[in-house]
Amino acid sequence: MEQAKKPFIEMLPKIYGLYTGGFIAFIILMAILEQMGLGAETIGILFIVFTVLVYAGIGWLSRTMQVEAYYVAGRQVPALFNGMATAADWMSGASFVAMAGGIYFGGHGYLAFLVGWTGGYVLVASLMAPYLRKFGCYTVPDFIGTRYGGNLARLMGVIVLVVASFTYVTAQINATGTIASRALQIPFEVGVWFGLFGILLCSMLGGMRAVTWTQVAQYIVLIIAYLIPVFWMSNKQDFGLIPQLVYGDAVQRVTELEQMHQVGVLKPTESFAGLKALTVPFVAAGGGMEAWKFVTLAFCMMAGTASLPHILMRYFTTPSVKSARRSVAWSLFFIFLLYFTAPALATFTKLQILDPNLATGIIGKTIAEVNAIDWVQKWSAVKFLAISDSNGDGILQINEFFMRGDIVVLATPEIAGLPYVISGLVAAGGMAAAMSTADGLLLAIANALSHDLYYKIIDPTAETAKRLVVARILLVVLGAAGAFVASLKLTSILGAVAWAFDFAMSGLFFPLVLGVWWKRANRQGAVAGMLCGFLAGTWYLYMVRWGGMEPWLGIDHLRFGIIGCAVNLVVMIVVSLATEEPDEATQKMVDEVRIPKGETVLAASH
Amino acid sequence: MNQWEVFIAALVRDRDQIGAIMDNLEQHWAETRSLTTWILILWFIFSMGIFFFANSLNSITFFGWPFGFYMAAQGSLVIFVVLIVVLNIKQEKIDDKYGLAEEQ
Repeated sequence: MEQAKKPFIEMLPKIYGLYTGGFIAFIILMAILEQMGLGAETIGILFIVFTVLVYAGIGWLSRTMQVEAYYVAGRQVPALFNGMATAADWMSGASFVAMAGGIYFGGHGYLAFLVGWTGGYVLVASLMAPYLRKFGCYTVPDFIGTRYGGNLARLMGVIVLVVASFTYVTAQINATGTIASRALQIPFEVGVWFGLFGILLCSMLGGMRAVTWTQVAQYIVLIIAYLIPVFWMSNKQDFGLIPQLVYGDAVQRVTELEQMHQVGVLKPTESFAGLKALTVPFVAAGGGMEAWKFVTLAFCMMAGTASLPHILMRYFTTPSVKSARRSVAWSLFFIFLLYFTAPALATFTKLQILDPNLATGIIGKTIAEVNAIDWVQKWSAVKFLAISDSNGDGILQINEFFMRGDIVVLATPEIAGLPYVISGLVAAGGMAAAMSTADGLLLAIANALSHDLYYKIIDPTAETAKRLVVARILLVVLGAAGAFVASLKLTSILGAVAWAFDFAMSGLFFPLVLGVWWKRANRQGAVAGMLCGFLAGTWYLYMVRWGGMEPWLGIDHLRFGIIGCAVNLVVMIVVSLATEEPDEATQKMVDEVRIPKGETVLAASH
Repeated sequence: MNQWEVFIAALVRDRDQIGAIMDNLEQHWAETRSLTTWILILWFIFSMGIFFFANSLNSITFFGWPFGFYMAAQGSLVIFVVLIVVLNIKQEKIDDKYGLAEEQ
């Protein structure tokens, strides 16, 4: 295996080039079969089964019994490929399926997520990634535990990591279940377990190494699946060759149409579970409180990004500090490709639905006409869409058209009249997005528990083989727990993906930043900061969400991380200054972390 | 010269002054810190600062887009990518200058 290493890394562009070609050939084959009369359902099944089998195959080929390979992919992942893997790790089922719909309904206000989920990478690049890479840790609590010293600091790190990541992972397993159940025509509860099975095939045998190489493969699938429908639709409807660069006029046209259709003036008088009517104007930003809410949400998402362990640990896998830094740039570039497409897609969908001059426009037509449209019937049948003539005038107004945000991505191919093969492709893309994120999260949790809790705290004498067996058992147990929670469909209780970011920033942001940037930060300060910050954030979330407390300064349950990280910062500084400064060895360790040259602080295979 | 003065000197790029006082390691870190500070100032402006004024910016038209909307949907995202690339290039230069880059 050792000898095969170098050629394998050099072969990567060729391998993934062939893989991409193979995937495109598969799409073309499906398109041909569709023309020959293959049914839509079969195409959907083939797309999901084929891609999941390929990921499982990569997972099997990447199996390993080496600690370094299992935890950090042998630290040999080139910057560009790590960028792709991080992008897949990052973009969840929600990014893929729900983001464009969120922009469709939320307009400017929702764009705070876009800004936050990209701007966070500037923090990762400037404050975190290169220094954590130089440190040479296996997990994020590994850094906390070694920099500050002591099991208590390490344990606090583990707890924050588990809470933040588990909040996130159930949503991902839920998404794999939804997609699998729809494409394979099986019940949701079975779909969840099918999704989990796929996820574990990718990660169990090879740990980080397997997850890395499947995530690269999943990124390729998800980005192709996101971009092809948008380009195709745009060129078919004459919106422009590269739609992302030219949709400015379309945005203005949407604003005019919204005024014409009285968006924001007409409020819906009925409601359908899970569906929404459009009430928020697209462009209007609002001043004062609206601007404050935008900025605070963006800040939470950015600080959360820079604290989420499943993202940070991706940068432990690069061969050097320099490549860790470069890999952050690649990550953001690959994420950008999807994120700058989502608003364009939302704009075009809006245009198609609102514009009476386009064949696809439905607002302002008669109810009978609209009900006769194919895609309206199909998505109404699965309760993704509802039409109700509230005022009884026989014409569809903006407040009488209800839909789920997901439709913007899922139904685009049909609204624009593209072949079914594109819908199958979109399902495969959503599956890839959800699976890759779930893999990264599950691995982050299982690694923290096996490396930090089991090996470092409970049994420091454990042998390599035993450690890796424990890591795998934990992975399966955690995955099963996640799937079980997901199958209960407690989404209203489990709440938003945004919470994961808030939990992570409450507990981890300042201990990580100050660990590198402030030598005076010590164990007492870090432990007190993590504990108080995490508890304050959680308490605030509870009070605002369930305790009936009025949000303070507009900081609602999506933004509770601001409270948590502020408390964390203050407590950490006060307690650090009130207690003695870290010993010389620790200070020297921080000096070491700050320069790229030399050995990692933690020895290999620690 | 205390740490804070070193930091200020680095911010105003008074290299002679820093050079006379500090050794290699400290100079490297002072420059790293000033670079990071500049990057974070720009990051703050484009991730949060301008969005306090998004409503006013929307009255400007930028290649057809209302400018506030454009920045949130695309402009700031591009700037973030550029910021990281600039950070990387400059940081690699700083590391090389002080001989603290990794050996290949």
